[in-house]
Amino acid sequence: MSIISVQNLIYEYVRTLEDGSTRKYRAIDGVSFDIEAGSFVAIIGRNGSGKSTLAKNLNGLLVPDEGRVLIDGMDTADDDLIWDIRSRIAMVFQNPDNQIVSSIIEDDVAFGPENLGIEPDEIRRRVDEALNAVGMYEHRMKGAHMLSGGQKQRVAIAGALAMRPDCIIFDEPTAMLDPKGRSQVMHIIKQLNAEGITAILITHFMEEAQEADRIIVMKDGSVYSDSTPEEFFADREKIKGAGMAMPPAVDLRERIADRGVDIPEEIMTGETLVDYIVEQVK
Amino acid sequence: MAIEVKNISYTYSPGLPGETLALDDVSFEIEDGQICGIIGHTGSGKSTLLQTLNGLIKPSQGSITIDGDCITDGSTKLVEIRKKVGLVFQYPEYQLFEETVAKDVAFGPKNLGLEHDEIDRRVREAIELVGLDYDSICEKSPFELSGGQKRRVAIAGVIAMNPKILILDEPTAGLDPGAHADVIRMVRNIHEELGIIIILVSHNMTDIANISDKVIVVNKAKIVADGTAREVFSRREFLQSMGLDVPPVIDIMHTLETRVEGFHSVAINADEAADEICTLLKQKK
Amino acid sequence: MIRDITLGQYYPGKSVIHSLDARTKIIATLLFIVELFVVNNFWGFLIAAWAMFSVIFASKVPVGFIFRGLAPVFFIIIFTFVINLFMCDGKVLVHWWIFTITYEGLRRAAFMAVRLILLIIGSSLMTLCTKPIELTDGLEKLLKPFSKLGLPSHEIALMMTIALRFIPTLMEETDKIIKAQQARGADFESGNLIQRAKSLIPILIPLFISSFRIAQELALAMEARCYNGGGGRTRMNEIHFRRRDAAAAIVLILFLAIIIASRWI
Repeated sequence: MSIISVQNLIYEYVRTLEDGSTRKYRAIDGVSFDIEAGSFVAIIGRNGSGKSTLAKNLNGLLVPDEGRVLIDGMDTADDDLIWDIRSRIAMVFQNPDNQIVSSIIEDDVAFGPENLGIEPDEIRRRVDEALNAVGMYEHRMKGAHMLSGGQKQRVAIAGALAMRPDCIIFDEPTAMLDPKGRSQVMHIIKQLNAEGITAILITHFMEEAQEADRIIVMKDGSVYSDSTPEEFFADREKIKGAGMAMPPAVDLRERIADRGVDIPEEIMTGETLVDYIVEQVK
Repeated sequence: MAIEVKNISYTYSPGLPGETLALDDVSFEIEDGQICGIIGHTGSGKSTLLQTLNGLIKPSQGSITIDGDCITDGSTKLVEIRKKVGLVFQYPEYQLFEETVAKDVAFGPKNLGLEHDEIDRRVREAIELVGLDYDSICEKSPFELSGGQKRRVAIAGVIAMNPKILILDEPTAGLDPGAHADVIRMVRNIHEELGIIIILVSHNMTDIANISDKVIVVNKAKIVADGTAREVFSRREFLQSMGLDVPPVIDIMHTLETRVEGFHSVAINADEAADEICTLLKQKK
Repeated sequence: MIRDITLGQYYPGKSVIHSLDARTKIIATLLFIVELFVVNNFWGFLIAAWAMFSVIFASKVPVGFIFRGLAPVFFIIIFTFVINLFMCDGKVLVHWWIFTITYEGLRRAAFMAVRLILLIIGSSLMTLCTKPIELTDGLEKLLKPFSKLGLPSHEIALMMTIALRFIPTLMEETDKIIKAQQARGADFESGNLIQRAKSLIPILIPLFISSFRIAQELALAMEARCYNGGGGRTRMNEIHFRRRDAAAAIVLILFLAIIIASRWI
């Protein structure tokens, strides 16, 4: 069953030029796809390819100029449903600092449920649960400015979780983190997905995109490619055409192929590469 | 134009509750024309180290000598240090403020008190050196540019000061893969054109391994390893014990070593690794 | 580093003071400040200080921690003391070159310094023992009666919450920008007043741009978390006026009476 259905989505920004006239600039140009409940989808593409605009159209932060976005059958353009939609499709943003509202961690995590008008006892339960899920419960009374970037991002994820969403959109959540913070956040995303939450991950890191079940590649406002990671990373030309990079194992695979050695194109990770070579030299 | 750092130490907020030892008896040397990679955790003391090289922080002990001139004895003017050492911080695009790209790049040279013509010449050279087209971009507002372009303009602003040593703190942070590759290419290009010392701080071990002549590892305010990229990254367990990674390709080769008897890898980058694997496959066939 | 500043920070705890209704603490602090200006002799200050230390003791916040928070304002206290010391006519105690210290001057300087110290500690005690969110919730409730007159009490409280949250962030941002411009040879220390004001432009413009960016991103993040104005919101920790607050009110009234009486000691 699909949780999100994007149907022929067109979104335009209006830009004011220096002479005062306005010009429309099409950020999303006729995009359609469905996202299965419980799946893990990565969206990649160069800056300005329309990834973030697309993401904001998925929870009604932006509303399509043409076409529709349906969440469980609910149209994001319907003002009466917007809070229901946003509580189901939560979002975590890139900058860990600029999405934390309250100084004290647990008060920030409570912000979402408070907006939904939930009873105090229930909020308390949800906040504790969400903080435990991201491993930040022991820090709940700390000030946000005392935390590292990775910890702040975990708090932001807890803030999304406390609304009990069906799906979380992660808009480049690891871009500003160090390797340690990145791997912790990725670990949490995978864990939440394993527990049944639909995960949509926008990222510039190919190693992270590899972890998804499906990769949607955006280019110039359109879907350039929509496939499994294995299929996408098998095709060198496609990777280049999207302006993306090869993950380390794929890069190594291609260099081996360049040296005239036959090597299967499905190989995408270090483990499968090593397995293949071990098999060959036995 | 070599750097010699001798026994420098620095403590933040001495005597206060937030007291932290950021540099603890740090010594190293970088030779003429080298690219030096610096790796270490957030909070390892890396940032403090960079700032001492630029005179933004004065070490409480020890000395820094650049090309024979000691910059820590108090007699060197800050402006003189900054002429020698250019420091580009993380996300440098957030420091842009002028109406046009050309004016913004000219900010540094102007502060050095240079002649008008000299400033213009340097601005043009610096903008072209970072891979942008001077004539099409110079009159634009820096705020209209793309993220990757903004970052290059900010880097050009430091290059225009004609430093003998260029320090880049995470120049690729937050960029998309295409822009990332462009910036790395740009660093190589700057190095080839100017032949200056470049100090590159990055969490991306593949970049560090590919580009550096020498690698310094900072951990808990101390330098714990100092050598060629090959020497440093061959100490995989040691780096991992500090929570640092090696380039993914070295990890793959290490797994291969444990699985294939008699196979030993010294590869530092994907090309060398591919060679080794091809030899291995041909041998056994 | 900014982590050293304890002023305006919250010190987590479970003491009686912590558990009082935020409204009680806001009113008590306001009264305490007023009382410091009612006091006209050292006996009054002694009583006020005794009361304050009793509250600190009850709050279980380490005294050292509170006094360390005074460090950033230490200069202001010294400045006030010195200004008052030399600026008063009266019975001369010491005279040296152009400096004259009088008995009245000494008395007034000590008076102002003590008043300032009590004022700062007293008000930081409120923030130390009250979570920022409770403080702003309390303020929102206290201002509620005025919302009939058009005062946007919820919005004011939210603005305070966000301001408290983002002070450290903006301080860090400022620090980064200053360093980045210094690395480009910017000089903020020399030149005349106009030159110095001009040298601030490379800091202020990036700072403004950063603030707008932060505001935009924060607004988006709040919308994504279903923020829809004050209507229909609930609170995880509702603040309640309890029996202990009533007890605190009685203590407050008694204290007020004693302080007023101290004027005639």
